[in-house]
Amino acid sequence: MTIAKIWVVAEASETGLTTTTLELLTAAREFATTVEAVAWGADTATHAATLGEYGVSTVHDVGDIGDALPGAPVAGAIAAAIAAGQGPDAILIPTSYDGRDIAGRLSVKADLPVLTNITGLVGGDSLTTQHPVFGGTQIVSAHFTGQGPGIYVIRAKSFAPEPSGGAAAAVSPLSVPDLGNTNAAVIGSRHVEERTGPKLDEAAVVVSGGRGLGEAANYALVEELAKLLNGAPGASRAIVDAGWVPYSNQVGQTGKTVKPDVYLACGISGATQHMVGMKGSKNIIAINKDQDAPIFTVADLGIVGDVHKVVPALIEALKSR
Amino acid sequence: MNVVVCVKQIPDPAAPQSLEAGTNTLDRSGKLILDDSDAYGVEMALQLAEQAGGGEVTLVSMAPNGETSGLRTALAMGAASAVLVSDDSLKGADALTTAKVLAAAISKSQPDLVVAATESSDGYTGTTPVQIAELLGLPSITFAKSVAIDGNTVKVDRQTESGYDEVTSPLPAVITVTAGVVEPRYPSFKGIMAAKSKPVETLTAADLGVSTGSPNQEITSVDDAEARAAGEIVVDEGDGAQRIVTFLEQLKVV
Repeated sequence: MTIAKIWVVAEASETGLTTTTLELLTAAREFATTVEAVAWGADTATHAATLGEYGVSTVHDVGDIGDALPGAPVAGAIAAAIAAGQGPDAILIPTSYDGRDIAGRLSVKADLPVLTNITGLVGGDSLTTQHPVFGGTQIVSAHFTGQGPGIYVIRAKSFAPEPSGGAAAAVSPLSVPDLGNTNAAVIGSRHVEERTGPKLDEAAVVVSGGRGLGEAANYALVEELAKLLNGAPGASRAIVDAGWVPYSNQVGQTGKTVKPDVYLACGISGATQHMVGMKGSKNIIAINKDQDAPIFTVADLGIVGDVHKVVPALIEALKSR
Repeated sequence: MNVVVCVKQIPDPAAPQSLEAGTNTLDRSGKLILDDSDAYGVEMALQLAEQAGGGEVTLVSMAPNGETSGLRTALAMGAASAVLVSDDSLKGADALTTAKVLAAAISKSQPDLVVAATESSDGYTGTTPVQIAELLGLPSITFAKSVAIDGNTVKVDRQTESGYDEVTSPLPAVITVTAGVVEPRYPSFKGIMAAKSKPVETLTAADLGVSTGSPNQEITSVDDAEARAAGEIVVDEGDGAQRIVTFLEQLKVV
């Protein structure tokens, strides 16, 4: 038995549909007979071909939302469809800044529960969800018990994206009901921050720094090493909380999930909070002065030593090649 | 300007954690502390109230066992009072039920602004603040990396994948702040003493007219994740950097 119809909330950036969206579409195909997408923006039709390639038959187009944040209008449109009896059996939403807004508002509008931080799904008559706990050492399985479509918020990199080669998706408008005051927040201007290397969650190499760096200025070593390896710099929660680096650099439970070919942890002890975001990396290298640091339990190569010595030496060695 | 800050008291993340037998929910029966993530929201609220020339910062929280020690920490920082919803029927409550309870508690004080962390450090569901906004019929701006009040408008720099957006909203509104946005103050001795006599109102879900019902999701199993194979751990004898280079060469990264 499979599920009849799944909707995937499809997010796009300047460069097209996000990778997480493609991952969710791939997963949805495995569990449901019909996969449809919900998208918004002035140019949804331009995504119809890619959506079709990933198995989407119809994309429900919320349309141009102008300078509004997506949370209220997209959730409003989906909730209206559910109320009219035209909703799906399950709704998959990417764990992202806007995805969580949509999930939260939709949950209230449709009075439906939401399961978040999902990293695995098991199909059948209904979906069983998997959630990592305690730094990913254990997996909790759960499912919805009530009526109505479940709302599933799924973390990036939980599935490998794979096109299925379908025809372009049909575009069908999905109207937004009156949202009243809930839609009153307005985007005045958008700022793109310059980035020299690859994106943190797409980089083949990630070099992360933690409290062991000692002070904020030493994060420059992490950035330099990342640059030398064509990688992206990441951070533990401790140094984000301390204000050394912005939240967008954070790897972990409350930050990004990364699965690079090489993850190099500099002065990170390996709190459960951090481990859950990086233990899926193909190869893990850790430098830490405490040989009992939990990070060494997941490291393929662990150097028990002083980051202030090992990292500069590593930078020199790479530069002189 | 009156600000409500949603705070959560959680098991100390530094202590060993476990799941409760039977329900498989996080064991929260021990001592609870103020979630570190919430200290940023409390600090932000105190600063905004001060900048607005006055007004009170009220804490709203839900805890299963009448715990108040985490609330006292936030009161010691300078919040004026707290509302704690504590009720056996709320044990294991999901995010939506939690949001209904908190929204009902918040609506009693009609604040100009509601502040929360982007997510808690124990459950990290990350939807409750937006659910509260929707229940209260308010706009929301999540993932704030800076916040300012200008008259009847809140101006937020909101984190995005590629940078940030400048977003404005009329008050009242709900905002969530990321860690590191402000530096939380340490409670002073005077603050700690004053916190002991600050009002903490304790309510039940029934007092707020919220029906808790039965949970509409359940945990079916808990299994060990696949463990990574043990690696090579070596003490740096001056050759640590070279060992890393050799490993990177094997992986053809360099």
